[in-house]
Amino acid sequence: MIINQFLVLAALLFSIGIYGVLVRRNAVLVLLSIELMLTAVNINLVAFGSYIQDTLRSGQVFALFVITVAAAEVGIGLAIVVLVFRNRASANVDELDLMRW
Amino acid sequence: MVELTLFVIFGLAAVFGAVSMVWARNPVYSALGLMLTMLSIAVFYVSNGGYFVAVVQVIIYAGAVMTLFLFVIMLIGVDKSEERTERLPVQRPLALGLLALFAAGVLWAGRLVWVTGAPAGVVPVDGSIEAIGTELFRKWVLPFEVTALLLIIAAAGAVALALFREDGGDE
Repeated sequence: MIINQFLVLAALLFSIGIYGVLVRRNAVLVLLSIELMLTAVNINLVAFGSYIQDTLRSGQVFALFVITVAAAEVGIGLAIVVLVFRNRASANVDELDLMRW
Repeated sequence: MVELTLFVIFGLAAVFGAVSMVWARNPVYSALGLMLTMLSIAVFYVSNGGYFVAVVQVIIYAGAVMTLFLFVIMLIGVDKSEERTERLPVQRPLALGLLALFAAGVLWAGRLVWVTGAPAGVVPVDGSIEAIGTELFRKWVLPFEVTALLLIIAAAGAVALALFREDGGDE
């Protein structure tokens, strides 16, 4: 089994996620891009865990933990987005300058 | 050979879903593109022996998280088209140049040998529910419990944010 293909694909998906975080102005799209980056990391974890034949299954267990943290982060993040939209009538991140110095 | 064919098909599907997520003007199409990417990545988990992780990926990500995203997109409106003009003029060609450089670097690094160690591909690691659960509740039981604490904090935080009012008084 070749592992390089999975690493290259994960790097591609991670880069697309970074692009989405930097370019999109809608806060929901920024959260979606963060999800894409976390999933790209999961590909690496599972591929390496399969490659080194880990008897502890640490790659897959860590992927499960990353999925859990991502679910918690989405819950909090979307609650914040809805709250911001309720207060400011906009969910664009470039219009949120309340804490700008 | 079958594995490589599957990788090419679903890898292209994953990249297509990611790119359409970043570029779609309608946020609903973005969510659907990310859903395609998640389902394709579940196929990679299966090909690496991670059966339980693949099931969790489909249920949690493509099911629950994407439904939550679609709910929020429906709540805050889908017809908000954002402007795409760049304010810095040199930014876009500079980004394209750096992207070409980075893609060349990734493709070059993909040809190298990165991992040495155990012989590859003799037996795929067993990622069934039984094997995962055995290690999860034996070796990794402390991080598992900390995860429960994290989820409680996240749920309580979401409820607290939903009850927050501008005038300071709660319901």
